[in-house]
Amino acid sequence: MNYFKQDLASLHADLVAKKYSAKELTQATFDNIKATDPKIDAFLALNEDAALDQAAKIDAAGIQDDQPLAGIPVAIKDNIVTKDLTTTAASKILANFKPVYDATVSTKLTNAQMVTIGKTNLDEFAMGGSTETSAFKQTKNAWDQTKVPGGSSGGSAAAVASGQVVAALGTDTGGSIRQPAAFNGVVGMKPTYGRVSRWGLIAFGSSLDQIGPLTRGVKDNATVLSAIAGHDDHDLTSSTQAVPSFASDLTDAASVKGLRIGLPKEFLGEGVDEDVKNAILAAADTYRQLGATVDEVSLPHNKYGVAAYYIIASSEASSNLQRYDGIRYGYRAQDVQNLEDVYVKSRSEGFGDEVKRRIMLGTFSLSAGFYDAYFLKAAKVRTVIINDFKAVLKDHDFIMGPVAPTPAFDLGAEIKDPITMYMNDILTIPVNLAGLPGLSLPAGFSKNLPVGMQLIGRPFDESTLYKAGYVFEQNTDFHLQVPTLGGQN
Amino acid sequence: MANRINRDQVQHVASLAKLEFTDAQLDAFTPQLDDIIGLFETLSEVDTDGVEATSSVSDQLNVMREDVADNWGQSQALLKNAPDAARGFVKVPAIIDESEDN
Repeated sequence: MNYFKQDLASLHADLVAKKYSAKELTQATFDNIKATDPKIDAFLALNEDAALDQAAKIDAAGIQDDQPLAGIPVAIKDNIVTKDLTTTAASKILANFKPVYDATVSTKLTNAQMVTIGKTNLDEFAMGGSTETSAFKQTKNAWDQTKVPGGSSGGSAAAVASGQVVAALGTDTGGSIRQPAAFNGVVGMKPTYGRVSRWGLIAFGSSLDQIGPLTRGVKDNATVLSAIAGHDDHDLTSSTQAVPSFASDLTDAASVKGLRIGLPKEFLGEGVDEDVKNAILAAADTYRQLGATVDEVSLPHNKYGVAAYYIIASSEASSNLQRYDGIRYGYRAQDVQNLEDVYVKSRSEGFGDEVKRRIMLGTFSLSAGFYDAYFLKAAKVRTVIINDFKAVLKDHDFIMGPVAPTPAFDLGAEIKDPITMYMNDILTIPVNLAGLPGLSLPAGFSKNLPVGMQLIGRPFDESTLYKAGYVFEQNTDFHLQVPTLGGQN
Repeated sequence: MANRINRDQVQHVASLAKLEFTDAQLDAFTPQLDDIIGLFETLSEVDTDGVEATSSVSDQLNVMREDVADNWGQSQALLKNAPDAARGFVKVPAIIDESEDN
C-alpha cells in the first residue's frame, strides 16, 4: 500500500470497488509500518490481531458508499485510552496500563468503522515539543532522521508523514498537533475548545486540551474531524454546537475571494527564521492573488503567552497528575514502608524529569503565598490575550502566521534547556489560551525540511480554516512533496 | 542566580507534590525552576487592573445531568490494573508506619 498516492476518498473508492479488502489494506499497513518504523519509531504499540479481526468483520458486512471511513486504518496517540489496548501516555508510571473503556473519539472512529492500527509515541503525558521526553523511544522526523519530529504528537505526525497511515489522532494543549504537523509537512487541526469530547483523554491541562486529526491533506483532515466532533454527555465542556460536514465545502468552487486575513506583525518578529518568514509572506501573496485581503494586524500581548501558559498548564497538570499515586493502577514502587512512601516513591520513580518539572512549577504557582502573584496573574493575562484575538477577529475572517519560529531542530539540541524548548510554542500557545481553532498546513521548505503555516479562526469556525487551507493546497504543491524513506516511494 | 526560589523552597514544593529529589537532582532543578519563574515574572509587565481571570473557555456553563450509573460492574477488570489486589480489593501497604516506634 502506498499512502503517498492515496487519500481517504481514493481508499474508500478502492474498498467499495473491492480492488482490495479492508483486511488486505490493514495487513499492508502493518507490513509497511514494520518496514519503516525501525527508522522512524512512531509507534509504541501495534494492535495487530484485533485490527485484522475488525477489518475482516467490516469486509464481511460490506462497505457502502455512505461509509467514507470504513475499513481505513487510523493511528491514535497513546494518551487517548483504547479498551484492552495498552495506553501509556509514554510514561513509565502507566507502562502496563490497559484501559477498561474506549475514549469517546475512539468509539466514534470505531462506529465509523475505522480500524485502529496502533498507538503512537508522544512526549510523556504530552509535555514537550520534540517527543524526546517519551519514556520509551525517540521518534524521528520523517524528512530527516537526525531531526526531532516535534511534539508532543510526534509519533502521529511522523506516522502520517512517512506514509504509515493516512490519518492519525493527536492532542494539542499548547501546539502539540500543529507543531509536529509543521515539522513533518502534514496537516494538523487543533479544533475549538469544546468541539471534540476529551472523555478518555489522559488529562494534562484541562482548560486547554483538545483532540484533533493529523492527515496528509486538508480534505482528509476535515472528514476525520467531522467523525470525531460533537457533544458528549461524558465531557461537559464539549459543545452542543452542530457539527458541519466540514469536507463538503471543499470543492473546486471553494474560494477565499473577499475574505479578510490578519497577519500579526508579532508572528514575524524576532526569533522567527528567515525561511519561515519568507514562506508565510509568500503564502500571504498567494492569498492576495486569489482575491483575499491580507492586513498587518497586532496581537500585542502574544509574547506573554508562553509565561501565562506554563503557569496555567503546569498548575492544571499538577492537579490532574495527583491521581498517579501507585494505588489503583500504574507503577508502584517496591521497597516501601508505608502509604506515604507508596505515593512519593511511585511518583518519583514513575515520572520523568519534564513531568516532574511541570508538577513542581504548577504546585509552586498554586501554593500559599504565590497563588495571586502567579496563577491568578496568569489567568488575568489569559483574558488580555483572548481580548487581543477578539479585536483582530472582529473584522478579520482568520489570522495567518507561522506554526513555529523554526523548522525541525536537531535531536538532543534543546532537551537540556527547558526555556528554549518552551519558547518554540510562542506562536501556538496563545491559540489554546483563547480556545480558538488552529490549522497547521505545509507552506514551504527550508533546507529540505518542511515549513508550516498556521491559520487561526473564530470559535467553532473550523470551516473557514479548512476552506482557506484547501484553496491554498489547490494553488501550491508543498503538500504533494513526500520524504524519501526506505525507497518505498 | 537571581534566587527567586532556593533549594529549601524547592524541597518544600516537592513535599507538597509528593515528589522527592536526590541532592544532584535538586542542584539541577533549582536553577532551572528559578529561570522559569523568572520567565513567569515577565507577566508583571502586563496591566491587569480590573481584568477578570479566565478559568474556562468552554461555551458550556453549569451543565446539569442525571446522576445515572453506566458502564458499571467492572471491578474485576479494574483490579487487573491494580499493582496489588486481594479478595476483590486493592491491596496497599500499612498506613501506619511500622518501621519506627512512636
